[in-house]
Amino acid sequence: MSATATERELTMTLDGEAVGFRAGETIYQVAQRTKKSIPTLCYDERLEAFGACRLCVVEVDGVKAPVASCTTKATAGMVVRTDSPIIEKYRKTLLELVVSENREVDVSPLRGFASQEFTTLVDRYGARTGRFKGRQSGTSNKTDDNPFILRDYDLCISCYRCVRVCAEQEGDYAITMMNRGFGTQITTEFNGRLKDSACTFCGQCVQTCPTGALADKKALRAADLPGEIAKTRTICPYCGVGCSVDLLTKGDRLIGVQPAMDGPANQGALCIKGQFAFDFVQHDDRLKKPLVRQPDGSFKETEWDEALDLAAAGFRRSLKEHGRRSIYGIASGRAPHEAAYSMQKFIRAGFGTHYIDNCSRA
Amino acid sequence: MSNPLADMAKPDVIFCIGTNMTECHPVAATGLKKAMARGAKLIVADPRRIKLAELADVYLPIRVGSDVALLLAMAHVIEREGLMNRAFIEHRTAGWEDFRRNLKAFTPEWAAAICEVPAADIERAGLIYGRGRPAAIYYTLGITEHICGVDNVQSLCNLALMTGNLGVEGGGINPMRGQNNIQGCGDCGAETFVFPGSVKIDDVAARDKFANAYQRPDLDLGQAMTKVTGLQECGKSIHAMLIDGENTVVSDPDRNHCEHALKSLDHLVVIDIFMTETAKLAHVVLPATAWAETDGVACNTERRVQRLRAAVPPPGEAKPDWWIIAEIAKRLGIPGFDFQSPADVFNELCSLSPTYGGLDWERVSRESLNWPVPTKDHPGTPILHTEGFTNGRGRFMVLGYRDPAEVVDDAFPVWLTTGRRLQSYHTRTQTGRASGIDYLLSEESLEVNPADAEAWGFLDGDWAIVTSRRGEVKIKVRSTDRSPRGTVFASFSFADVPVNNLTGSGYDPTTHTAELKVCAVRIERAPVTLESAHDPREPENAHAR
Repeated sequence: MSATATERELTMTLDGEAVGFRAGETIYQVAQRTKKSIPTLCYDERLEAFGACRLCVVEVDGVKAPVASCTTKATAGMVVRTDSPIIEKYRKTLLELVVSENREVDVSPLRGFASQEFTTLVDRYGARTGRFKGRQSGTSNKTDDNPFILRDYDLCISCYRCVRVCAEQEGDYAITMMNRGFGTQITTEFNGRLKDSACTFCGQCVQTCPTGALADKKALRAADLPGEIAKTRTICPYCGVGCSVDLLTKGDRLIGVQPAMDGPANQGALCIKGQFAFDFVQHDDRLKKPLVRQPDGSFKETEWDEALDLAAAGFRRSLKEHGRRSIYGIASGRAPHEAAYSMQKFIRAGFGTHYIDNCSRA
Repeated sequence: MSNPLADMAKPDVIFCIGTNMTECHPVAATGLKKAMARGAKLIVADPRRIKLAELADVYLPIRVGSDVALLLAMAHVIEREGLMNRAFIEHRTAGWEDFRRNLKAFTPEWAAAICEVPAADIERAGLIYGRGRPAAIYYTLGITEHICGVDNVQSLCNLALMTGNLGVEGGGINPMRGQNNIQGCGDCGAETFVFPGSVKIDDVAARDKFANAYQRPDLDLGQAMTKVTGLQECGKSIHAMLIDGENTVVSDPDRNHCEHALKSLDHLVVIDIFMTETAKLAHVVLPATAWAETDGVACNTERRVQRLRAAVPPPGEAKPDWWIIAEIAKRLGIPGFDFQSPADVFNELCSLSPTYGGLDWERVSRESLNWPVPTKDHPGTPILHTEGFTNGRGRFMVLGYRDPAEVVDDAFPVWLTTGRRLQSYHTRTQTGRASGIDYLLSEESLEVNPADAEAWGFLDGDWAIVTSRRGEVKIKVRSTDRSPRGTVFASFSFADVPVNNLTGSGYDPTTHTAELKVCAVRIERAPVTLESAHDPREPENAHAR
């Protein structure tokens, strides 16, 4: 049997509808593909399914207890219900339990890309009932002085997404969990600072955390800034990998960066530079006006017209006194195409030479 | 890269040479780690025990500048064991027999003496790479920044050609480009030897095409000058320079020479976002808009052409680079600079570049494709050379090993190699102004093997004077197993520890790429002065915090 024939023949029933699937797909993946909204908290499609939160449970004909759809493979002829009243009630109870464990449910979206997942589900299921009261799990780490990652474990729900993204996606294995039950705590070796662990501060744990327990300290600096958070898709300004990012802004302020989960080069991954080194852009040191050197060696701010006239005059003088082979251009490997193209055109069209280069030789 | 980034998780065998990927291209390295989790084997050749080395199945701590010898010996092993892809050699390549005959002498034992690694490890590396189907090569500046940079790259090509690892998913030869748009800069023709679209400047038809498009009938055919020569000619034949967004003084080799060169110009115009060490030497400094303020296009290391979008307004009166350059051009009466928008500029590039022929502003705003994209309905080319090579057959290059421009001797007995660190980017004009980075990396240090540090009488944090034939630099010593005995390392990121005072021993004769990865130095204890009693660093970036 060829692979395509197999695919054609594999069907299952999802909420009364026949759907095809590929061998190896989980019920959750089939449901996602068919736009079913099965809730989860421990799921990140980039990671191995984990089955910790139990919110994605579904009913399967012939199976007594509900099964976790994220870890159960679809099989031919399977009959699945994703949203029966019993399942939905079960999910609400689970969420009520989780709510009771946490210090707070509503957190700033600046905490991280996935930080609103928990609060969104709590609202979807109306789970703020206060039905359960009791112990809370996780203890925030107030001693880690790193400037990037807030370790607010009071909000941790032990979904292990941070641990798994660090291991599976980054291959860094910087964090792990200790203890069990209410005592479960995400930690590093010897329970120390992230700086003293294998952590590279790539921020992946922050961005996958569904409750904001791990949060972007730099973005949170803008929590009290007025205005809506806007996102703009662009490409990271650092190395040549070209990771897609969403710039977070409030008004005219650049306040943070989040990885684009569908970025073709990075699929949601970033490194410390792309994640946290964005704020050079609005640094006070930025040049704001053209500067012209004075006879005493100092620089004086001038208007654009005057500066451009002086810039052009120098090239004109060189051309007149020394000819067209006296002028050289160096383009930037960091500026966009439009800069590079204009630079080479300036030299080639302006002087008819190939006296143009960039920074790739050093 | 011949292959897309998505391929990085797919090889059976990964050969990383001269690439500190976990620090310089961390996100790409995650793909390799996934391949290894799947069972792929990793060969790492690097003088320093970088993190990749710790993950490797075979780690070859080769002496700096000995890459060609290693690669020849690996080819020798593959040939001797008959691990070649004979069909690929027959149908897709040329020059095999000459290459094969030349290989006989290059045994692992021969290379072991040059590379200072065991012959048995070279043998193993050859066998593992030779048996990988597919096997992928990744490299960075550790391959190119040598006087034999071209030979190094050719040696890697030879390996890929003889094993048929080109044009296949999960294989290829993959240089990791260092800057966000250094690939794009070359694509745009802002490189000495090529027009937009990587067409050579000695191609008569291309010269005529651009002479016509740019209304410049006297456009040179082939005659060119690289930056290296350009800097040497400053004050001699070169008298005026326009530098856009490069901190030449700190990033280029032999800082003293660089500074002297730029100071001897009659006219230097620098376009930048900060007052860099280079801008300080200019006659006119023009403020550019930065990333996050500029609409445009960039191309990544896998030839993927992507849109950059502005999200915030620029400070003060900063303007986009293209606008600034066009305004100067217009004042000089240079035709063809009536651009009204970045889209105008990009669309002109696409109209003139064969590799971008199918792209335009509207299309790159909608989708990102790997070039070549020759036509409007072309889906892009993630993997190069699947059908054939641009010039017909892939040619084996007969090569030999030669020493670096400078080798250690009694006066300069230690190898220095330079590079980058995870938390800083180039000359820190950007990362040095990002808050928090100093928490992890606040100063430069010289990485010295612990046994060397002890032998030379240094404790961690002691100040050393490192001297080469070109200059000296004062730097703190830090002992680490990452450095092998006899080789020290520093990055060139910190302007206050100008490591490029030392470099610049030689240049590749073809590309003029500087041998930044090798120079011979002497290391002495810095005299104790009042200055070194407290932290002598100019707190240039301190206000960034």
